[in-house]
Amino acid sequence: MKEILNLTALQLGAAIRKGEVSPVEATRAALEQIEARKADNAFTALTAETALRRAKAVGKKIAAGELTAPLAGVPLSIKDNICTKGVSTTCASKILTGFEPPYDATLVEKLDALGAVPLGKLNMDEFAMGSTTETSFYGPTHNPWDAGRVPGGSSGGAAAAVAARSCWYAIGSDTGGSIRQPAAYCGVTGIKPTYGTVSRYGLIAYASSLDQMGPLARDAADCAAVLDAVMGKDPRDGTSLDVPAGGLLAGLTGDVRGMKIGIPADCFGDGLDPEVMKSVLAVADVLKARGAELVEFTFPVMEYVVPTYYIIAAAEASSNLSRFDGVKYGWRAEGYEDLTDLYSKTRTEGFGAEVKRRILLGTFVLSSGYYDAYYKKALQVKGLIKQAFDDAFGKCDLMLTPVAPTTAPKIGESLSDPLQMYLSDIYTVSVNLAGLPGLSMPCGFDSKGMPIGAQLIGPALGEAKVLNAAHAFQLDTDYHKQSPVEKEAR
Amino acid sequence: MTWETVIGLETHVELATKTKIFCSCTTEFGGAPNTHCCPVCTGMPGTLPVVNKKVVEFAAKAGLALNCEITRYNKFDRKNYFYPDLPKAYQVSQLYLPIARNGRVSIQTGTEEKDIRIHELHMEEDAGKLVHDPWIDQTKCDYNRCGVPLIEIVTEPDFRSADEVIAYLEKLKSTLEYLGVSDCKMQEGSLRCDVNLSVRPAGSAELATRTEMKNLNSFKAISRAIAYETRRQIELIEEGKRVIQETRRWDDNKDATFSMRSKENAQDYRYFPEPDIPPLELSEEYLDRLRSEQPEMAQARKARYQQQYGLPEYDADILTSQKALVDFFEETVALGAPAKEVSNWMLGDMMRRLKDEELEPKDMKLTPANLAKLIRMIADGRINRNTAAKVFRAIFPDNADAEEYVKAHGLEQVNDAGLVAQVVEQVFAANTSAVADFKAGNQKVMGFLVGQVMKELKGKADPKAVNQAVREKLGG
Repeated sequence: MKEILNLTALQLGAAIRKGEVSPVEATRAALEQIEARKADNAFTALTAETALRRAKAVGKKIAAGELTAPLAGVPLSIKDNICTKGVSTTCASKILTGFEPPYDATLVEKLDALGAVPLGKLNMDEFAMGSTTETSFYGPTHNPWDAGRVPGGSSGGAAAAVAARSCWYAIGSDTGGSIRQPAAYCGVTGIKPTYGTVSRYGLIAYASSLDQMGPLARDAADCAAVLDAVMGKDPRDGTSLDVPAGGLLAGLTGDVRGMKIGIPADCFGDGLDPEVMKSVLAVADVLKARGAELVEFTFPVMEYVVPTYYIIAAAEASSNLSRFDGVKYGWRAEGYEDLTDLYSKTRTEGFGAEVKRRILLGTFVLSSGYYDAYYKKALQVKGLIKQAFDDAFGKCDLMLTPVAPTTAPKIGESLSDPLQMYLSDIYTVSVNLAGLPGLSMPCGFDSKGMPIGAQLIGPALGEAKVLNAAHAFQLDTDYHKQSPVEKEAR
Repeated sequence: MTWETVIGLETHVELATKTKIFCSCTTEFGGAPNTHCCPVCTGMPGTLPVVNKKVVEFAAKAGLALNCEITRYNKFDRKNYFYPDLPKAYQVSQLYLPIARNGRVSIQTGTEEKDIRIHELHMEEDAGKLVHDPWIDQTKCDYNRCGVPLIEIVTEPDFRSADEVIAYLEKLKSTLEYLGVSDCKMQEGSLRCDVNLSVRPAGSAELATRTEMKNLNSFKAISRAIAYETRRQIELIEEGKRVIQETRRWDDNKDATFSMRSKENAQDYRYFPEPDIPPLELSEEYLDRLRSEQPEMAQARKARYQQQYGLPEYDADILTSQKALVDFFEETVALGAPAKEVSNWMLGDMMRRLKDEELEPKDMKLTPANLAKLIRMIADGRINRNTAAKVFRAIFPDNADAEEYVKAHGLEQVNDAGLVAQVVEQVFAANTSAVADFKAGNQKVMGFLVGQVMKELKGKADPKAVNQAVREKLGG
């Protein structure tokens, strides 16, 4: 494996600007690594030729001083539910077979403008519905730390690609933990920013009120650099917030003196693997040693977060996914008799089991006679969960929790028991319901050698605090520097 | 038994914004299929709606003009159903918090005045159109209309006759035109009306089972459909049968309504709040501004025309019946033409041309400036009235410049007394027997002689001057 693959995105960016490495060299190295790691099945599409062409053009502009961003020339990969103009975008679903959007997501445009080099599209759970990347129409992605285990999901391809050193960073999406949980399972750093800070234009919706895009990368500093580039108001997204963007990378001081780290007791109780608990709580000690204060309190909404999430997300999904009907683009069934049959056959053949399950659930909770009992009630509980976070942030600056109750399970274990799979989202979904920033970072390994992730949750627009605390932790630890590729080589 | 008809209306009106409700595509009617659309209005994956502020403004203005309470905290909802003309498979509408509620419109039928209560007015997006091609037996989708902004105005069941319905629709049309929020062209579908109708024994206060009629594309169709459906329901009840709650389609050719779907088959639209559009708050200052921008409506304007311009009630009534006529009249008067003169031209020659060419005033090409020019030429004695009428007819279709037309066709009035006298001499010399007849006491011959002189002068002389000259010659 080439040495540059072990650089962080920012280190590579600096080397490119200094002329030590060219974007073409970096792109070639990444493409070779992707080829070497083919068995991970992290990608749904590769755009090698375009990437090399683009790397060459970007390299010239950097040399001419026209592109100066910290990430200029650094190759990345993009989750397959993010629209890329003229490049297959399928949400890892059969129903979007052959779909090439005639437009780029706003985020893709922004990365494009700073001179990023996209390598391809990343595997995921179909329509981002799943926690394992096993529901993909393209088959499961394997965890680079143990090919017999899942990489997490739904941004499993993104986490696996970053962990396997196939790209320097990746863009994922997070509706209920889909960036943070795979980041934890694969030992990389990922952040879901505050709802509305990154434009959703071009992100194929799963649950519109919860979806956010964000980076998965080697460390918190790389994440900060990506967010600096992609955050900001977008006139094409009415839900995007008009807040000043940038400055996150510059704000990484590692100074956490006086910062109050909240430890919600309800997140460290039954169902949490003891090895995970120990590693996550150890994060508190590292931060304390740097001058942070620890605050313990109860967080009495945990038992409601999973049902609330699944009702709201499924309801929105049932509506968002109705447009996939075989009429306009993507897969269309053959041999239909009439319009209803066209719809029915296309959707029966085009969607996988987990997507169908959530569409049915969402259709049910929105149905006449059930709306008040389920959807409306879930919206009310969502309000209570937000309130609980508001209360918590009256007592602390950040909250520290696990990302998932366990480390990565074996392939095949989760799908047989969907309810158990849903329950494993308990630590992440509340963050989406409240629209808050949440970061997942490596904080240890279990006895099987699988990475453990810790979650830092901030108040709305608290990205700077979250990233700074993670950066502080990473200054004193090297879990984020561990690589499954090196482990294999040894 | 005497029966009473009870009617409520749901009227969809396309708003006259330049661009669509959630994207910047044009709202223009027509256009080759799928040329007025983009990834947003065709609901391509990943795209998002952004509310056109003009739509909110137009809807709020309409609500204010219909005396509604305006909702300060507005939200949109999704109405979910599958149909190929609806590319997102949901229509963005307002169910829970419509922008306006509890309004009223006063109407007049004959001498009777009555208030129709407005239940609500809400904003929504239009769907596309399906076009069936019988040659290849395929149905094709045209998404040009997708995302054209609509307001739906729902009344309480306050109508008791077709006359009341038409009076309401005319008032509504006039109000929306005056506001400039819609062009209300029924033939282009920018005003569409669904009629909910039931019958009950006269004197009863209960509402009976109703049907909803769709596909009513003209006021005439509405009147006939109401008459038909009233009769159908009465006959059913008198035969001891039941009226079924259902949607019925009016067939203009068959002059009857036909069942489309019953309530049992009604779809569950699974409405829920649209998560892609944040709530819209309308401030008191914003509404004050809209209130201050409300135009003078037909009734007030009619009174003013009578008072300010001294127009007869008949003139004022017709001129204010349509915003396009009002605009034309006021602009022409503003250019210095005398009001009564403008009114005469509009009510006479213009109306005739519009009728002959089957045009709506708003589609007319003739401009106020051009009519003002024509009127000025008469006042200046440059053309006579007969010539002016011919010029009007000629310039009306394409708004050819009146001045240039008169010049190009050499129509300017002959004001040369010597020339007139000379022609009179010629005509008298050529018609000695007619002159003799006159002298013998046949007064009618004078008209003939005048006509001959005018003819020689190609109609361009001032008729008064010719009359005068002939009279003098005969008398002299």
